[in-house]
Amino acid sequence: MAHELPYIAAILEAIQLEMERDESVLYFGQNMATTENEPFVDAFGNDRVRVTPISETAEIGIAIGAALAGYRPVVELYMAEFMLVAMDQVLNEAPRFRGMSGGQVTVPIVLKAGYGFTAGWAGQHTGTLSALFMGVPGLKVAVPSTAADAKGLMATAIRDDNPVVYLHHYLLTLDHGEVPDGEYLVPFGEASVRREGSDVTIVGTGWTVDRALGAAERLAGEGIQAEVIDPRTIAPLDLQTILESVDKTGHLVLVDQATRHASVSTVIAGEVAEHGFGSLKAPIVQVTGLDATIPYSEPLEAYVLPDDDKVVAAVQRVLGTAHVTA
Amino acid sequence: MSAPQGVEKLEREHLVWIYRQMSRIREFEERVKRTFEEHPGVIRGHTHLADGAEASIVGSIANLGPDDWFFTTYRCHGYPIARGTDPKVMMAEIYGRKDGLCKGLGGSMHLTDVSNGFLGTSGIVGAGIPHATGAAWAAQIRGKGQVVLCFFGDGASKQGAFFESLNIASLWKLPIVFVMENNGYNVHTRTEQEDANRAAGEDLSVKAKAFSMPGVTIDGRDPLEVYETVRTAVVRARAGEGPTLVESQMYRLSAHGNIIAPPGVPLHFPEHEAIEKFGAPEEYEAAKQGDPVPAFRGRLVADGVLTGEEAAAIAEEVREELQAAVDFGLQSPFPEVETALEYTYA
Repeated sequence: MAHELPYIAAILEAIQLEMERDESVLYFGQNMATTENEPFVDAFGNDRVRVTPISETAEIGIAIGAALAGYRPVVELYMAEFMLVAMDQVLNEAPRFRGMSGGQVTVPIVLKAGYGFTAGWAGQHTGTLSALFMGVPGLKVAVPSTAADAKGLMATAIRDDNPVVYLHHYLLTLDHGEVPDGEYLVPFGEASVRREGSDVTIVGTGWTVDRALGAAERLAGEGIQAEVIDPRTIAPLDLQTILESVDKTGHLVLVDQATRHASVSTVIAGEVAEHGFGSLKAPIVQVTGLDATIPYSEPLEAYVLPDDDKVVAAVQRVLGTAHVTA
Repeated sequence: MSAPQGVEKLEREHLVWIYRQMSRIREFEERVKRTFEEHPGVIRGHTHLADGAEASIVGSIANLGPDDWFFTTYRCHGYPIARGTDPKVMMAEIYGRKDGLCKGLGGSMHLTDVSNGFLGTSGIVGAGIPHATGAAWAAQIRGKGQVVLCFFGDGASKQGAFFESLNIASLWKLPIVFVMENNGYNVHTRTEQEDANRAAGEDLSVKAKAFSMPGVTIDGRDPLEVYETVRTAVVRARAGEGPTLVESQMYRLSAHGNIIAPPGVPLHFPEHEAIEKFGAPEEYEAAKQGDPVPAFRGRLVADGVLTGEEAAAIAEEVREELQAAVDFGLQSPFPEVETALEYTYA
């Protein structure tokens, strides 16, 4: 059975279910749990659900310490940029302790943060920072694009014994979707083929999965069948599904909201160039954010971001059909 | 002879235990330092010694019960020795060997011994303070009366992690004692050059006032003063009354660490910064006069707790134990290279 929920509510449903299931799960952050009427406080009490000061280094560091002492904290960070205040804890503390201790400890924490809020939030609250975390050994990174995945990936993140950066896309916050009832786990490292097709493979993450799907719909009108893949987690990254798709289609377009050299798409492009070169009938094309601080003004913001038109144009380019519609 | 574990009144056996642990730490650090000369290349990277801090380390650790936890800085050899970790596996770790405490993956700066309540070490100044605070939160939730000792240096007290963590620890009344070891130097910089309180002639423990918690400054070269002070703070923490900041003043008797050099340059420990950098050998000589290990031995002998022969026998036993640790470390093989990837993910 399933029920319909907004993406953000699906995340909270997963946290709630995991807190019911396992009393070692903690949930804390800024501007939450300030009254006893809040559902998580009401359900689990102030020992396990706490408001913190605006102290990201301590919030994340405390999560690490509580994890070393046997708990499974979920830190509510709200915005991915706030992690930048505490990058030592994210990149150089949480993922290091297991290795440095020779496997004596685990650090099962979830850093929950929204990202990509390109809705007039201008330069400092709009970044797509996912790729920053994906190359750090010891960290896992989840980037759900649907309500169902939002629930299933959060549940998996909480049960994972490693530090997980869980990035939910702000533009998807109120998107509704069918969400399985009760316990629901989406495995890490398994991409989802969101649309099957034989002519071109399009890979997106988060909000750009919808750009890829929108473009695929339009391309179908031109007789072009696009396969759309959502990796769902970028660490671990399911390259196998992408390579198998490229082997079938011979063409690859990568869509990423991040700027080119800080994008997941560039990492995938490198891997496919190395491991799938023989399958490619044309060069890979990437549709990424342009190299700019995200501008405030609406047309300027739209100009630097990927959209359905840019994805359609990229597919036409990679298939050599651009002249048809030009 | 046994660890006091926070008893109110120290008996003879406890005093001898404290002295023995101080001697073991000193000898361990001496053997680490000698390794640079006697076995060049065996120790890599950067190593930091605790000589001068023995009284503070042992006086603090002596308050821990079997279920308590502690976190330290990269200057981390002393605490696990006092806590019961086998020096053999510690030396093997510092030598990068298979039988090392952390299987050769951590080295000198990242000792960890979960079985003895030593949950971790960050090599980044101040970064471990929130970890200890988080463990104290875990202890509070668990409700079994556990406490956490959080060790860090005077330099760390200028990090944001320090301020953020002490604020939360006090706000939440967490069962933790913050032991700030003030050895007078932040790497190669004197405290008064980088600390507003010190520059104004105040003790660093005044920082506690900003967090509405008790702050106390003590002579960290006197293990009994350290023991009593930390004991009071531990009792307070266990009672749910919240954290304490203890500024434990001491003098680091070795340089900050061995020289920083690229591969191929033989590593060694330089002279202390007072001599090498500040041209103040008299400062260093005065500090040597206050060396806590011989001072405590002299006190125990003068008080009739130990005879000179007993003290000499302890010294001999400790020398033999640490010689065996060096031999064990040297004989342990290197880990299989696949170990490098084994613990990236759980």
